[in-house]
Amino acid sequence: MSQQEIEVILARHLAEYLAMPIFIVNPAGDLIFYNEPAEAILGTRYAETGMMPATEWSTVFHPMDQERSLLSPDELPLMIALSKRHPAHKLFWIEGLDGVVREIEVTAFPLVGQADRFLGAIAIFWENPK
Amino acid sequence: MKVTFWGTRGSLASPGTDTARYGGNTSCVAVEGPAKSLLILDAGTGIRNLGQSLPPDLNKVHILLTHLHMDHIQGLPFFIPLRRQGVEIHVWGPASTTLGLEARLQKYLSPPLFPVSVRELAAEIHFHELPAHLIEIDEFVIKAQLIIHPNPTIGYRIQCSGTSVTYLPDHEPALGGKTFPYDKSWTSGYTLAEGTDLLIHDTQYTEDEYKARIGFGHSSIEHAFQFAKLSDVKHFVPFHHDPTHNDDQLDRMFEATLRNLQPSYLVTPGREGMAIEVAY
Repeated sequence: MSQQEIEVILARHLAEYLAMPIFIVNPAGDLIFYNEPAEAILGTRYAETGMMPATEWSTVFHPMDQERSLLSPDELPLMIALSKRHPAHKLFWIEGLDGVVREIEVTAFPLVGQADRFLGAIAIFWENPK
Repeated sequence: MKVTFWGTRGSLASPGTDTARYGGNTSCVAVEGPAKSLLILDAGTGIRNLGQSLPPDLNKVHILLTHLHMDHIQGLPFFIPLRRQGVEIHVWGPASTTLGLEARLQKYLSPPLFPVSVRELAAEIHFHELPAHLIEIDEFVIKAQLIIHPNPTIGYRIQCSGTSVTYLPDHEPALGGKTFPYDKSWTSGYTLAEGTDLLIHDTQYTEDEYKARIGFGHSSIEHAFQFAKLSDVKHFVPFHHDPTHNDDQLDRMFEATLRNLQPSYLVTPGREGMAIEVAY
């Protein structure tokens, strides 16, 4: 069994203690962890979904713009942080697996470890009050 | 492989009559392969005695540093082969994000902390920065990965002739976890320790001491035993004894842990001067 990189393990531990919703993805874009506050926004539990491939998580929450048009995965901050390896921020809407539409803002940044190892990206979510 | 323990103490050398059985020198372990190739793991104060035991015609040495805290490098300038012309010394260890390995070591090997600088040493010294995925040194294949400990710290898995030795002298895999042990894939050091024939692992604190030192980068004895079980190791050597623990205390701590946990793997607490053969 392979083990996550140490910086990713430490990032997860930090995320587990923070009240802000957080996503962690690996370099392939697969969602490897989201914390309890993120579970509340996404309407699903990490323990139930486990790791999700990029193709799945980037569409399963139906990310939408203000006109409720679906956003392509490439427009999401986390995917920008992954592909361009620089931070990104965006306001958009999602429909969680619980069917609730939420307005959220997301800041994402690439995760670069010791010896310039590219390890994935982290996204922090803020749910805007209705 | 023959594994010899030249220093088993953590944090600070602790010579004295009450530490004589487990030893007072800080981390240093020698690994000798069947073809007599030699690896030295860390350069704590134990490396001085090791250096004196090596044949004077030795012309090449590999020293693998886990990290650059003082108890893992203090013996380096007292390692006799470094003062001999014609000896090739390869030093492997972690860079930081801003300084290379040589520059980091130079902070210690320069005045006012030490009178002799690296370039004044007679041996030919080569520095190799880690982590790297796999290193091949003579008859050994070595996996070097970052593990949880303050400042960049490398753990090693040394493989040779179908056997393996894992060296994690300063390691706090329980840090941050709400429970421990937990999922293997989210456990620091697991890849290095999985199924290893011999695990040498940090057991610096008692459970009570650990509660007051979370984040210091070391394990409680119980956490280390749980890590060994999770990793399904065959033989476990508790290591990096706290300088405040004398021989009698260490005896009692290990006896109590063995009684309580009854591990299914072999346990041999690390003692200075001890040697273990790891055979296929």
